[in-house]
Amino acid sequence: MLGNAASPLVVLVAWESFARSGFVSAYLLPPASAVALRLAEAVWSGEILREGGRTLVRMLVGYVLAAALGVALGVLIARVRVVRWFMDPLVSIGFPAPKISFLPIFILWFGLFDLPKIVMTVFACVFPVITATWAGTDGVDKYLIWSAQNMGTRNRALLWEIVLPAALPQVFTGLQVALPIAFIVVIVTEMLTGGGGLGGGMMEGQRFADSTRVFANLVAVGVLGILAMKGLAFLRRRLLVWHEEVQREGTVA
Amino acid sequence: MRTAGRYLPLALLLAAWEAASRLGWVPQSMLPSLSGVLALWWRLFTEGEIYTHGGASLLRAGAGLALSILVGIVLGILMSWSRPVRRALQPLVGILYPLPKSALIPILMIWLGIGHLSKVAVIFLGCLLPVVLSSFNGANGVDRTLIWSAQSLGAGRRSILREIVIPAALPEILSGIRIALALSFVLLVSSEMLAAREGLGFLISFLGEAGNYEGMFAAVFTVAALGFAADRGYLALVRWALRWREA
Repeated sequence: MLGNAASPLVVLVAWESFARSGFVSAYLLPPASAVALRLAEAVWSGEILREGGRTLVRMLVGYVLAAALGVALGVLIARVRVVRWFMDPLVSIGFPAPKISFLPIFILWFGLFDLPKIVMTVFACVFPVITATWAGTDGVDKYLIWSAQNMGTRNRALLWEIVLPAALPQVFTGLQVALPIAFIVVIVTEMLTGGGGLGGGMMEGQRFADSTRVFANLVAVGVLGILAMKGLAFLRRRLLVWHEEVQREGTVA
Repeated sequence: MRTAGRYLPLALLLAAWEAASRLGWVPQSMLPSLSGVLALWWRLFTEGEIYTHGGASLLRAGAGLALSILVGIVLGILMSWSRPVRRALQPLVGILYPLPKSALIPILMIWLGIGHLSKVAVIFLGCLLPVVLSSFNGANGVDRTLIWSAQSLGAGRRSILREIVIPAALPEILSGIRIALALSFVLLVSSEMLAAREGLGFLISFLGEAGNYEGMFAAVFTVAALGFAADRGYLALVRWALRWREA
């Protein structure tokens, strides 16, 4: 345990002593202790919780919408021929394209408040979920489906009892790919369109030459990112208890 | 002919777009007509404006990405090759990996200004960890019996690394680079939209703020097309590089 903490501690000590050595101004690199103090103050006053809460709400709303939309579209694309015909070229072009470049268009359409940030998050996150669900649904063992149909399973039950559970590991992988994208996008949209949040706070700090605030927000963003990723990995282990990947006790990438 | 049929839905959407703005279903100020956007696109290319911005962007993305690939592969393989390096770097990678890299943009702007350097640094740092992780995982996943066989045949550490570890890790490394490639576009455009004097991201936000929405749409679709083309080109390159693999 201590061995694991060794190199982060070395980095912290190096940061602190370099910042205090006088080679750099406190504007360029505030000491780690000053950042920690600022963070503690911001937690105490509730400022960072407010900012982090805003970021988290925007991120989660966009992410959950993207997950629902992506899973629905992915299953439809895999199972319904017309939908596949229509969506295949759009997904193959949209998946690798840098979605963030559409932000000014969303600002034009939806203004500057929460809506463009959420729409941007949905747009950026939906593609990995679609492709993962599509591949997962396509890969469901055909004999499972035929057996169920043979025993008189209706389409709706087929979807909920067979297709979705069997595709769930891949769907989760898609969700795990989309999560960091959601964070990156929400932070950038907050920087570009303001409206508070951790990203907006960073830009404010930068504009007022308050670099301690920028660093404190960076740490807060990092903590939020770690918590979200760990949470999703935990959820994966819980929801896929029945799956061999968990029973193998393998680590989830 | 088959590809033409495949992209028919796209053509239908574009026709619907043109119709929607021509017939006044949506106001021109919200959605300029496709033909207007194409005209502006033509002007961006013939008047050469797009080349200076595109050149700046490609330089930044290329430099940042190339650096992150070089450093990332070296670090990743070192991590799997040497225990002390692994013990030093693994906790750092674990802490930094979930950090949304766009959050680094303001700090790098404080340090390096709003020119080329801060963008290259953002792209380098943002793309580094996916390459490190994939190289580490790839080198770690090398079939041990291959290494043991080579050792028993008298191969030295250096030739094992060059002739066994790196080729065996290559598929994984290449898929890490694909992630980095996509990330480099996102970080490039974001940092250029935030603060820059040139570059495609700057062009998009500049045209948007000037109210030239036809130009803005044209620039947005140029960036999207570039990202798409880069990914397709990279996939072709990967297929060529891995042609020795079975299946």
